Amino acid sequence: MSSLASPEKVWWKPLCRDERLWVAVALAWSLFMFFGMLGWGAIGNQHLPVETYRVNIGEFRQLTNDFNQKYTVGTQNGVPVVRPPEGGDVYLLASAWKWSSILELKEGVAYRIHLSSADFQHGFSLQPTNLNFQILPEYDYVVTLTPDKAGEYQVVCNEFCGPGHNLMVGKIIVTE
Amino acid sequence: MNITQESAFRTCSVTGLRVHLPAQKLIITNAVAAVVFLLIGGILALLIALTRWEVVQLLPADLYYRFLSVHGTVMLVFWIVFFEVAGLYFGGTVLLNARLLRPGLGWFAFVLMLAGAVMSTLVTFAGGADIMFTAYVPLKAHPLFYLGVILFAVGALLAVGLFLATVIVAKKEKRYTGSVPLVTYGLIAAAIIAVFTLVSGAIVFVPAFLWSLGIISSFDPGAYRVLFWAFGHPAQQINLSAMVAVWYALATLTTGAKPVNEKLSRFAFLLYILFINLGSVHHLMVDPALSQANRIFNTSYFFYLAVLGSLIHAYSIPAGVEVAQRAKGYAKGLFQWLVKAPWKEPGFAALAVSFVIFGFIGGTSGVIQGMQVNMIAHNTLRIPGHFHATVVGGTTLAFMGLAYYLIPLMTRRQLVGKAWASAQPYIYGVGVTMLSLGMLWSGILGVPRRTYDIAASSAGVAAPAYAGSDVTLAIMGVGAVIAVIGGAIFVGIAVLTLLTGKKMK
Ligand code: HEM
Ligand SMILES: [Cu+2]
Ligand SMILES: [Cu+2]
Repeated sequence: MSSLASPEKVWWKPLCRDERLWVAVALAWSLFMFFGMLGWGAIGNQHLPVETYRVNIGEFRQLTNDFNQKYTVGTQNGVPVVRPPEGGDVYLLASAWKWSSILELKEGVAYRIHLSSADFQHGFSLQPTNLNFQILPEYDYVVTLTPDKAGEYQVVCNEFCGPGHNLMVGKIIVTE
Repeated sequence: MNITQESAFRTCSVTGLRVHLPAQKLIITNAVAAVVFLLIGGILALLIALTRWEVVQLLPADLYYRFLSVHGTVMLVFWIVFFEVAGLYFGGTVLLNARLLRPGLGWFAFVLMLAGAVMSTLVTFAGGADIMFTAYVPLKAHPLFYLGVILFAVGALLAVGLFLATVIVAKKEKRYTGSVPLVTYGLIAAAIIAVFTLVSGAIVFVPAFLWSLGIISSFDPGAYRVLFWAFGHPAQQINLSAMVAVWYALATLTTGAKPVNEKLSRFAFLLYILFINLGSVHHLMVDPALSQANRIFNTSYFFYLAVLGSLIHAYSIPAGVEVAQRAKGYAKGLFQWLVKAPWKEPGFAALAVSFVIFGFIGGTSGVIQGMQVNMIAHNTLRIPGHFHATVVGGTTLAFMGLAYYLIPLMTRRQLVGKAWASAQPYIYGVGVTMLSLGMLWSGILGVPRRTYDIAASSAGVAAPAYAGSDVTLAIMGVGAVIAVIGGAIFVGIAVLTLLTGKKMK
């Protein structure tokens, strides 16, 4: 009998002691992981509060333009720097290959950040914190975010979105 | 002509196995196609890896994206699937002492697969599909790219169907007694997962094709992602199941190992079929469309029963080797069986290295990243870091190990450069380990995947990202060079054996 040949007629034999032990340990581990996933989510409060809505691309672009117009406080390299009201709704539109604004947020304040795309799929990757979200056109992805440390953060697109993908780097400024 | 007649068979003088000649031709042809795509993918691998190594940055941006698109498709789809088809025909005929049911259908499947593969590769090289193998809509490729993938998938589905029919008829014709061998059992598990996978592939690529032609006007990107990963991830489970079957085969071929308990090993394959596809949704964990409850449900539940299957194989393969070695008299102490294992036998080296890389780097990083820390891993280099340990260090190396036996057995030629073959798994293994760890580590620092350079994002901001990535990307780059050398040795041995190997009687 080998793994390459047909086994003898009756191969249904009981597990030996070592095998039973290994399977028991492996099963216990699998169950631990199973419940662990539920547990860590609940205890560790790990799951980001997110909501999703359907949105039309033109509509979201309008919301972003209005938002930028209302709260722009300056520009950097031709990109508007926008300071939203504390705790308000924030609109960030990804398009090939730029972000609609540089956001200026306040430490310790929760914002509802609406993410969407005007064309392709993009990635929202906050660096160096390393938080990553997938952005799709026609979906309004609302992430509730509370900056916990002042400083400058990069918003890197980390979903391939065409030849200029690697140039798609934006910024979030967190003030005290 | 009666294809069941005895003259369609030959008996191998080394193994005593009976080989159905029409099946043999198909096995060789599919394996050759596989190696050709491995060669193309390997050359591109070197170029893109030396581009991601920032200080080298070999290619211009557009070529990097184009070659990355080709590398992903030819490696993950064409190399792997052509080789799997060869493996299926082997497991369904030679191991069962059976005939291939309809060789003509096998050739038809091959032509479809080859035409599809060549079509989509050429279109991508010509710049018609710079959209990565995932082809996320609304990025659009030339219609022939989608058509090529569809033809390939249809061909593969026919080949899988032919394999399953062959196994069923072999049983009817009483070609073997009792149950199918364990290796064939594992391949049947892979084939069953493949049916589901390839049908999902059709469900996603047919509308994408129509959309690229303008026949349907839009394709929801969220729906596309769900459908794509119902194809893309299960495809990796085919690879997993096939790889484990090959591990059992290599253990037997090189040490005479027997399955310690047929029941347990087969049960573990059954767990794969039943539960492993549930893991697919981890690709969507940070997508907008899924609810929180869906996310939590999908990171826990039965997926871990598939993990249990892997843990069982992780026990029974080494156990089988140990029992066989001890029976040979290597019974001193705890580890003499391992020390005295045939480390210089190419198949054993491939088994051992593949087992270690897959188990310790690939499997664990997959469970951790896919299920547990998805949000900090998504689309960073951690992802390719994970799957280069699974599908390259694991599956690809296991397949290479099998090829060292399959090629001589099928072509009746002696392996050329056996000493090189003995060293190859170690060289490849060291390379892939460095490649993979370098990627994983870069990803932990936040470095994105599929990104030409990270210079734009490491400058001009008060909090520079990716501190230390110069070192981790260098580890990746050096590993890539070593891995490509290892891959080249394999391709060289395979090609030389096929063309110049000494004829055996
Ligand atoms: C010598 C071996 C190899 C080396 C050095 C290598 C290197 C690389 C590199 C540097 C990337 C790009 C990562 C990025 O920039 O995002 C990549 C991507 C990839 N590789 Fe490999 N690779 C090798 C073999 C393989 C094999 C054998 C397979 C499949 C069986 C494979 C499948 C892939 C896939 C699917 C991608 C992702 C493409 C994408 O992001 O669209 N690679 N590889
Ligand atoms: Cu982008
Ligand atoms: Cu991008």
